[in-house]
Amino acid sequence: MEAAAVKAIGAGLAACGMIGAGLGLGFVFGKFFEAVARQPAAENALKTYLFIGMALVEAIALFAFVIAAIILFVL
Amino acid sequence: MALDPLHQFEVHEIGSLQLFGHEIVKTNQSLWMVAAIATVILIFVLGARKKAIIPGRLQAFVEITYDFVAGLVKGTAGKEGMAFFPLIMTLFLFIASLNLAGMIPGSYTSTSQIFITGQLALMVFALVWVVGLYKHGLHFFSLFYPAGTPVYLAPLIIPLELISFFARPLTLAVRLAANMIAGHVLMKVFATFAVMLAGIFLAASAVPTAFLIALTGLEMFIAVLQAYIFTVLTCVYLNDALHLH
Repeated sequence: MEAAAVKAIGAGLAACGMIGAGLGLGFVFGKFFEAVARQPAAENALKTYLFIGMALVEAIALFAFVIAAIILFVL
Repeated sequence: MALDPLHQFEVHEIGSLQLFGHEIVKTNQSLWMVAAIATVILIFVLGARKKAIIPGRLQAFVEITYDFVAGLVKGTAGKEGMAFFPLIMTLFLFIASLNLAGMIPGSYTSTSQIFITGQLALMVFALVWVVGLYKHGLHFFSLFYPAGTPVYLAPLIIPLELISFFARPLTLAVRLAANMIAGHVLMKVFATFAVMLAGIFLAASAVPTAFLIALTGLEMFIAVLQAYIFTVLTCVYLNDALHLH
């Protein structure tokens, strides 16, 4: 198999790592909605941690993107 | 027309700008970096000039930013962390201004370069080492072997803690750079869709354009959020170094 085709397959496989990040983001926001629904006064206290959690989980999706980009363009 | 979405990240020379005999601008990246930093310095020097009891708009903005970062440092690193407040504030403003400068059409996003973000992350890493070793001496290495873990778990815990410790600067750098790269690549791809659709069927190009407008708003939010996340994580790592676990 030629290198370009295998690289494309590798990049596609690496991008599948974003599935985990998608699930993770769903968990983070879902739990936030649940918590605010149970106690609306907690919204302001939890909002900070919501954004921190979102950025940290989103970073995993971006690590998958970085690996896919490395496979495609550097290797 | 460059249809390649990665073309926007190329650094090229644009002539030379001298200040007091030193060359401060040579490439498009350094131009936008200098512009962003000069804007931040201007805003904060002008804002803190009039020390009015009832602040005007600019002074209020400066005071709100100060309170925000000070509350962040005190909340995560405690009173001893306030000694590092100038560094944390500089870090936050530097990253936020560079990220937001990249949102101007036609500009260059300096924080999309792994060299810039890697340098910032290495600085935070070195800060943790220096502060930890200065304050605790060799007891700093108990960070990798928390008190109270059974001895037979040590060969498992210590490599795990070491790996997660050394992954910190890497994740800090890559998180910021990849967020900026991914955001701008996505915007460029949708802009290309809009332009290409306008050539074929003009009314249909409203869809990618509407999405692009929403995406631009999201990217502005992400720009400030990523600066905040970098700063929060720096404060957390600093807290780890100051008060071992």
